[in-house]
Amino acid sequence: MHLSIVLWLPLAAGVVGALLPGGLSRWAMVAGALATLVLTVILVVDFDTGAAGLQDVTDETWISELGIHYKLGVDGLNLFLILLGAVLFLASAVWSAMTEWDRPRLYYFWLGLAETGVLGALMAQDLALFVIFFDLMLVPFLFLTGSWGGPGRVPAIMKLFIYTLVGSLLMLAAAIATGVLAPGEGTTFVLSDLAARRLPEGSQDWIFLCFAAAFLVKMPAFPLHGWMPDGYRAMPLPVLAVFSGILSKVAAYGFLRVVLPLFPDASVRFQELMLLIALASILYGSAMAFTTTNTRLVLGYSSVAQLGFIVLGIFALRPEGAQGAVIQAVNHGLVVAPAFFIVGLLAARAGSEDLRDMGGIAFRAPVLATMALIVTFAVLAMPGSSNFVGEFLILLGVFQSKVVIAIVAFAGVVMASVYALRMFIRALHNRVGPAVGSREMTVRDGLVLVPLVAAILAFAFYPQIALDKAERSVTQSIRAAQQAQGADQQAEVRP
Amino acid sequence: MTGLVLAQIRAPTFDWPGLSPLLALLGGATIVLMLGLVRSRAVREVLVPLLAFGSFVAAIGLGIWQLGERSNLISGAMRLDELTVILTFVFCAAGAGSVLLAWRGVAVREASHGEFYSLMLTSAAGMFVLVAAQNLVTLFLGLELLSIPLYVLCATEMQRATSLESGLKYLIIGSVGSATLLYGLAFVYGATGSTDFAGIASRLPEVVDDPLLLTGLALTLAGMGFKASVAPFHQWTPDVYEGAPTPVTAFMAVATKAAALGVMLRFFDVALLDAQVDWGPALAALAAITIVVGNVGALGQSSLKRLMAWSSVAQAGYMLAGIVVATRLGVQATVFYLAVYLFMNLAAFAVIVIRERATAFGDDIRSVTGLGAEQPLLAAVMTLAMLGLAGIPATAGFIGKFYLIDAAVAGDYAWLGIVIVIGSMVSLAYYLRVIAAMWMQAPETTEAAAVAAGPARRPALAGGAADADAPRAQPEVWLVAVVFGAATLVFGIVPSPLFDLAVRAGAALGNLF
Repeated sequence: MHLSIVLWLPLAAGVVGALLPGGLSRWAMVAGALATLVLTVILVVDFDTGAAGLQDVTDETWISELGIHYKLGVDGLNLFLILLGAVLFLASAVWSAMTEWDRPRLYYFWLGLAETGVLGALMAQDLALFVIFFDLMLVPFLFLTGSWGGPGRVPAIMKLFIYTLVGSLLMLAAAIATGVLAPGEGTTFVLSDLAARRLPEGSQDWIFLCFAAAFLVKMPAFPLHGWMPDGYRAMPLPVLAVFSGILSKVAAYGFLRVVLPLFPDASVRFQELMLLIALASILYGSAMAFTTTNTRLVLGYSSVAQLGFIVLGIFALRPEGAQGAVIQAVNHGLVVAPAFFIVGLLAARAGSEDLRDMGGIAFRAPVLATMALIVTFAVLAMPGSSNFVGEFLILLGVFQSKVVIAIVAFAGVVMASVYALRMFIRALHNRVGPAVGSREMTVRDGLVLVPLVAAILAFAFYPQIALDKAERSVTQSIRAAQQAQGADQQAEVRP
Repeated sequence: MTGLVLAQIRAPTFDWPGLSPLLALLGGATIVLMLGLVRSRAVREVLVPLLAFGSFVAAIGLGIWQLGERSNLISGAMRLDELTVILTFVFCAAGAGSVLLAWRGVAVREASHGEFYSLMLTSAAGMFVLVAAQNLVTLFLGLELLSIPLYVLCATEMQRATSLESGLKYLIIGSVGSATLLYGLAFVYGATGSTDFAGIASRLPEVVDDPLLLTGLALTLAGMGFKASVAPFHQWTPDVYEGAPTPVTAFMAVATKAAALGVMLRFFDVALLDAQVDWGPALAALAAITIVVGNVGALGQSSLKRLMAWSSVAQAGYMLAGIVVATRLGVQATVFYLAVYLFMNLAAFAVIVIRERATAFGDDIRSVTGLGAEQPLLAAVMTLAMLGLAGIPATAGFIGKFYLIDAAVAGDYAWLGIVIVIGSMVSLAYYLRVIAAMWMQAPETTEAAAVAAGPARRPALAGGAADADAPRAQPEVWLVAVVFGAATLVFGIVPSPLFDLAVRAGAALGNLF
């Protein structure tokens, strides 16, 4: 299938929506997001598990003078993330359509551009194109938050935008350097070519650090998460659901797609640093999620911890760990979006997003409580959920490479159950909050929530579908780094 | 005997087709000046601007006709090649845009139409001479021809003290710059014994360590730095840009910069190419300082024109990177960025002009507050310009910055690439402030406007009606805004035509690597 259609369809829907009268623009966006999802499902069904390398490749020369190609493709690494993106944006579009917005045409235009940006970053197989989409996908969120967000939105979004673009711009310089400094005739940015012309070890280091900074800020990882609390508080919830659900995953994906294959020597050299950052993120995120009372921030800090697990899996530099990271990226996206939706429903009933004002809703709203329970179990990686599979694989990978770090990371698993259950109990059980009106969720709410929860369950029953399709590409992605590590160890043994 | 003497004295050969863009500008200047004396208002206020606009367009048209020719004009005093022609496109497009911006402004009424446009055309003619110059004398001639009309243009809003102050400041500091440059050129001549660029280049290997040459280089660099507003010779820029009439500011910001950087390309990357070891590190340091100073200076500015002034300082720093590396790629990147810079700046200045006339806030950032709700198209244009200047993808500014960093890294100046990136980070803080004001804040109330206006400041358009910024009130300014805003977006997605031009300009400088 032509990937360009999938890529540009959401933006086209956004543009059409911007031209239609205000009331109709929401349906243009919903239709566009739905069509995109259908196309992505076809993409997944048609995916040939046995074949190696990229599939559905589109490769055109875009700017020949700079050696930039418009190259898109899917493989096991990005296939399920693309699907996740399409699912989350559809949920967000439907959710947004149920809400009344000021200046709706503009809102849906930005949402469409956001989806195109995210899908572009996931599909891009050219380093420059990846950087372009990676930066571009942030612009709509600037406007979505700045124009439709909560109190304190303008300072919050400035902070978020500058923080993340600082990383992105460093990455831009590093990406250009990668293309220019790579040995061989002419400049190219096509990822497969760059992987073949490996950079000299000396220049890999600073380039690696620039890329790592960009990705760690976007995730966010401790200690680069400074924008997160303000940004999460200010964003409109439907926007926050996709932001937290998929944008952070693009950063994690960037490690597997760009950093490990292109800079294997530096990846090995900085492996321990990255593992320690991941570990710090897990511990810090879990501790903060356990102490804060703002429900958005509980989820925000839990994301910091979960992304820490993903980085841990990637930098285990073992196939198991990386595969667990891919699964966990999809899991977390699937879990965090309904979690934010539930927060929105609870906040509407309690009149506040603070845990202290919530509680006691479960008796009158059993369906909502059930949904929340399923999501909670998925967050804390209950055995039987696919999050369990993901975390298990990640820890298995780390255990094989760095035992001590794996042991400390186990504490993170325990802490996840503490903060997830704490939030569930205080938000839905305990005494009834002061201003809580216990109402069951409506059918319209179910339209968003039930499919997402169903997706969690489906993925829990059959994670194998993603594992099989991802395996070959994941192994390919970390091969170079593993070889570099092997060479290092041999060199250590020999003298 | 007399026959022999006569045979030796030959009139210089004129290449009339090659000179035609210059003649169009100078001819236009003369005709416009004459017609400005006619009593009829229709002639003065409609025909004169149209003719001025037509002269700029004619110069561009003749340039297109001459594109691809390479010839020496007036016995090798000037050279017409792709670099000359393409830079002519840039400053003539800026001139044409500024004519449209000035059309209904205060400045043209107070200074009289004929003189205003005539000065602008003369200044553009000076720019042509400057970028085409092939020897030191022509270089200085072009520089003065470009500068003197600008000193006057800055002061054309004669009822406003800041405009006069701006003109005076520019005159004094510009003269110091010219004097420094002239002194430097004399040293260069003293060291190499030649005023000709080719002659300087051929003598250069012998005198590369000569202190005379180094002094000359330093003084020349400082003189050119004044014109291109390179830090630390930039101090005049914010004051002059703020005080000058906005259309003149737009013209200065784009055209003067294009001409100054163009002559630096020729002087450093052709005449002084072999002395790159001498000036390369110095110019790189200046570029880095300029980037930092410009971006830090722009933080916290509440006047949009001052903000654009500081931003133009920073942008000059980015473009210097292309000159520093002294490679063909660097020349191409600088020329490419100049074209992109034209689009982004004129789009932004057109919006500033429209809002200046529609609100009582002048060029204060409050004049665009809430613009997204009132005039979404105008706000979109300004947003594109700001995002482009900040170097966000999907705008031409991103491609331009990409090209510059590419050239810097390829020319072994990777650290300068990083400085460009750091500068862009800082710049986000002030470009985003404009965007946030437009889209994320409610419009300023009329009471605030009344307070800000005071007795003296009124909207420049009669009445200052609520729809004074509507397209029908000033269609020509809207045209500039929309055309250049669209160009910022379109060339960010389809940059190939600009690349073609940049590559041709780079090919014109023969001896580069």
